[in-house]
Amino acid sequence: MDFLIFQAPILMVQASLDGILLGILFALIAYGMALQWGVMNIINIAQGDLVILGGYIAYSMYLAGIHPGWGVIVSPIIMYFVGWGLYKLVINKVVDRDLFISILATFGIAIVFQQLMNFIFGADVVVAQSEYGTTMLFDNSVTLPNSKIFSAFISLLYAVILVIYMKKSKLGRAIRATAQNARAAKILGVDTEKVYAATFGINAALCGVAGALIAITFTLHPYVGLPYTVRSFMIVIVAGLGNLPAVALSGMGLGVFEEFADYILGTEFRIGSVFMLLVLILVYRRFKLSRKREYLK
Amino acid sequence: MKQKDLILYVGLIILGLAAPYIFPAFKVQLTILCVLIVLAMTWNLQGGEMGYNSFGNILFYGLGMYLCASVQVGMFFPLAEWTESGGEKTFEHTTTQFFQGMGFGLLVAAIIPTIVAGLIGYAILGLRGHYFAICTLGLGIAAGEIAGGIEIIGAGQGFTTPPFPKDIVDPEARGKFFYFLSFIMLIATFIFVKWIYGSRFKLILNAIRDNEDKAEAMGIQTMKYKIVGWMVSAFFCGLAGGIMGGLIGYIDSTDVAFDGREMGVFMVLMAILGGKGTLWGPVIGATLFHFLKEGFWTFILGWQYVALGVLIVVIVIYFPEGLMGWLREKYPERFGEVVDEKDRKAQVELK
Repeated sequence: MDFLIFQAPILMVQASLDGILLGILFALIAYGMALQWGVMNIINIAQGDLVILGGYIAYSMYLAGIHPGWGVIVSPIIMYFVGWGLYKLVINKVVDRDLFISILATFGIAIVFQQLMNFIFGADVVVAQSEYGTTMLFDNSVTLPNSKIFSAFISLLYAVILVIYMKKSKLGRAIRATAQNARAAKILGVDTEKVYAATFGINAALCGVAGALIAITFTLHPYVGLPYTVRSFMIVIVAGLGNLPAVALSGMGLGVFEEFADYILGTEFRIGSVFMLLVLILVYRRFKLSRKREYLK
Repeated sequence: MKQKDLILYVGLIILGLAAPYIFPAFKVQLTILCVLIVLAMTWNLQGGEMGYNSFGNILFYGLGMYLCASVQVGMFFPLAEWTESGGEKTFEHTTTQFFQGMGFGLLVAAIIPTIVAGLIGYAILGLRGHYFAICTLGLGIAAGEIAGGIEIIGAGQGFTTPPFPKDIVDPEARGKFFYFLSFIMLIATFIFVKWIYGSRFKLILNAIRDNEDKAEAMGIQTMKYKIVGWMVSAFFCGLAGGIMGGLIGYIDSTDVAFDGREMGVFMVLMAILGGKGTLWGPVIGATLFHFLKEGFWTFILGWQYVALGVLIVVIVIYFPEGLMGWLREKYPERFGEVVDEKDRKAQVELK
């Protein structure tokens, strides 16, 4: 099994393409996380559960007979209000506090979300059939589901829309100002409370888009949220806050890594390898930073 | 003051010894309570005193659980065949084999996690703040996922620990054995932690929590003490895991051993509920939490996780200082703090 990958270049192409398309999706979630981390200085463990909730919105549309592809428009709108409500209910009380408090509080939210989704949608693994068909490449040796291409395209589209919105609109400017210095922004007349609520809403909306795309490309299950949180966290710490091209690139890199880990180690170690990679990246980062500190001495 | 302490401790020990006879139906719950208190106290040692909020102590707990059971089986029988046969056991431990295996297993379950903590400590404890928290969270979950893929310890199918020997006919014996085992562990942990609380080591840990760079500048080798602190936690977590594995009788990789979603959060929550950075806080917090949890599991079955999640959010947002912190705020004199009335009034006016 280990050597199959070197004997079969076609498998490598397949894994790389799958990984890149998957990685763009991860990058979208990570962008949301970078946004709220940068602006509000909280780490949201419930990020992955917001994604799954968005996915279930698309799935319930599919159950109602509407094509789940429309979920990429409906889901973010609903999720924006979910995020806004969540901010008003819980998050506004942890914004100025220690980061650890926000981690624990959102951990609690994640548990509540998982269980509620379990009640409403059941504990089965579900998928919304998009019936987009597949594209064959290289004499039918590489298969790409069109839904994956669709999802990568939509992710890029939303990312571009968001970047333009953040650059041009009034709210976008207010968000960027708050991220730079919340206190100064407040003095200059920015309603930071509103900005925070909007930021969290936008983050939830991005999660909603990603969730709807996951519903048509992969599978949904109430308890698989945490790996998405960890992936986005990982992408953000590798790419840094507010560096969008780096977010996209490291997202793709993570996607490719995952596909290869899947082929080489086997599917049962896939999630484990993601978490191990997180640990390794953090440890690498720690040694790199400590070397810098010694240099300063 | 000394006399009062002595009465308190003797009273508690007598209560602990008598508890399985007073509440014979709750022996398992009492055992779990002892384990929870140990986990909360050792988490507090590094989360509360050292300021390194770890979600990853579950790693040592799960490791201890697997190690204890593996040693207990592997000492006498081939391990692979044991796990392969699942529930149907072709091998059976005799009474001596069971207790020998348990004793040796607990020893291994305590020592190996300590060594692991020492080995990974240098890399992991260099991380600060939330990076440390997330890294340890990842470590715990990765361990669970990886353990779920290893065949020899049962993979996804689970691992049945050796059943209590059949030669002992007393039906109460199993419950009593595990209760007293965990009670002894609890007392040992308490004595050890109390000793730490009176030592220079605790002051060093507090210095690291309050300002690590400054502590380093004062000439404290912070990394050394951080690793030792983590190793202490790992030692007792492994021991607790070993006992818990024997008590439950069945080890699953993600739901019992490396159960970051439950036990991993519980130990943090218990310490926070009682009050981080106090000796008695985790004990009180764990007891209170155990009652709350069992209440949820009994009266609102099905909604227990929702209630648990809400409880986490409420505790973290409204009581981040915990019960002891709240009491300390209210009655600072009882905690040996000298309060200047004038100063206090001035502060009230400022508010």
